Amino acid sequence: MLDTARIRQDFPVLRKTDCGELGIYFDNAATTYKPQTVIDAVMAYYTEGSVNIHRGEYDRSFAISEAYDAARAKVARFIHADPHEIIFTSGATASMNLIAMGYAEAVLQPDDVILTLESEHASSLLPLMRVASKTGARIEYIPLLDGGRFDLEAYKNALHDRVKLVAVAHVSNVLGYILPIAEMARLAHSVGAVICVDGAQSVPHLKTDVTGWDIDFLSFSSHKMLGPTGLGILYGKKALLDQMDPVLLGGGSNARFDRTGQLVLKGTPYKFESGTPAIEAVLGLSAAIDYLEGLGMDAIYEAEHALKARMVQGLSTLDHIVLYNADAPTGIVTFNVKGIPAQDVAFYLNANGIMVRSGNHCAKVLVDVIHTPDTVRASLAFYNTPAEVDRLIDVLRSVTLEACIAVTIA
Amino acid sequence: MNDYLNDPRIHREIIMDHYQHPHNRRLSEDPSYLKAHMASESCIDDLTVMMKIENGKIVDVCFDGVGCTVSTASTSILTTLTLGKSVDEAKAIIAQYYTMIDLKPFDGEVLQEAVAFQNVGKQANRINCATIGAKAILQMIHEKEHHDEK
Repeated sequence: MLDTARIRQDFPVLRKTDCGELGIYFDNAATTYKPQTVIDAVMAYYTEGSVNIHRGEYDRSFAISEAYDAARAKVARFIHADPHEIIFTSGATASMNLIAMGYAEAVLQPDDVILTLESEHASSLLPLMRVASKTGARIEYIPLLDGGRFDLEAYKNALHDRVKLVAVAHVSNVLGYILPIAEMARLAHSVGAVICVDGAQSVPHLKTDVTGWDIDFLSFSSHKMLGPTGLGILYGKKALLDQMDPVLLGGGSNARFDRTGQLVLKGTPYKFESGTPAIEAVLGLSAAIDYLEGLGMDAIYEAEHALKARMVQGLSTLDHIVLYNADAPTGIVTFNVKGIPAQDVAFYLNANGIMVRSGNHCAKVLVDVIHTPDTVRASLAFYNTPAEVDRLIDVLRSVTLEACIAVTIA
Repeated sequence: MNDYLNDPRIHREIIMDHYQHPHNRRLSEDPSYLKAHMASESCIDDLTVMMKIENGKIVDVCFDGVGCTVSTASTSILTTLTLGKSVDEAKAIIAQYYTMIDLKPFDGEVLQEAVAFQNVGKQANRINCATIGAKAILQMIHEKEHHDEK
């Protein structure tokens, strides 16, 4: 079991929370807090490094380049990939756009099918929709069960030989269900499709094994796993990355070019990384992975699952709460208060020192599946405590429409 | 200004009532109506407001859609206040409303039940909710004026 009291000492923001200076943070699916070690790694780059990588013939540039390359190797080990299969991007959104523009756009033919889910995030769906309209490919949705749960049988039935790309989030950012990703990859491959996985909500909370699962692409983001913002990761199988063209060209990604436009790109992954990267963010991510591995991903999953179960248990005793994903195992709890718009509930919780998200959580297509335009989402992290969960339930126990209005117009 | 309009309890009741039982909540099929679709880029608010202006008078104004308590109630109140008024009177009401949202001195006689929102300007992230209906009404008035000038 994780020692939450000790863990909270590692996070400057949580030390302030525990002193009563800051509220309870239940918006971890949006971004997570950062431990001191990550902040230190970022600071150390600026105070002791502060030079570019892979450029200068001087010691400090070599040292920072080495640390940068070691971070890539660490990310690879963390998800069971090879370092040459790890591309640093500006975020998970950029990773998914790179799959769409760099891979899908080149391979999809008219009437090919992209198979996806209605619960997907805008950062996955919108690039796919654009690539579909550019190539003449079609988007098809795997029917979800009532309430938004995934159904493996429906997936099997939705696969056919025109499906060339299966694009799904391993964990939905609205409902928190975990997809059977290895089985899905096997089935996708059996019809000749490539599977690309949005890991933004899974990599920070579950063990990831791209090799064991045999998935083709995985995108995720640093800032949702204790790391700095402005950094995303794209994993791709080496053979797929080798056949892809980069979307961006520039310094750092080319081996040589001449005045006639003859261009020789570097190999994978460097050909995808034009321009000076977010060096400090990569070094910070390296520290974040050390922190996560120090706790252990299984222990993190167990802690978050236990907190989620406690929250669900507490909320189910309240008649005025509608829960949308009581049975989802990860730390995402999606609910509404009967008769009160989600935004007003979130605003009321904020007035009581609790930070949650309200709205459709960038999954606008899901609205038709769970039959509500907006929800409140409380998303947990391992550093949250049972006392914080109980506080949320206490505040919600007494919430009324009038109380929500009162805090708005006070 | 009536004293009861200074009571925060009354303000809450006004907003509750207009949220749970919005006035003028309907849309018109009449093509002569002006129409303003107001969809927030940052939250769920998605309201359509419609208005019919005849001889410089707002002869009908109505709305429908999805919104939070503040956007629904404020739109309900502002449609009620501007219905049957001349365009100039309606503009004056909306101008007073914006003055109040800016937390400046306002005329409670003009704003009537809308005074319930006199403090919402302190909550920066609810100002959009409180002004979505006002924006729609003003937009349609301007559209009509622009059209008549041609």
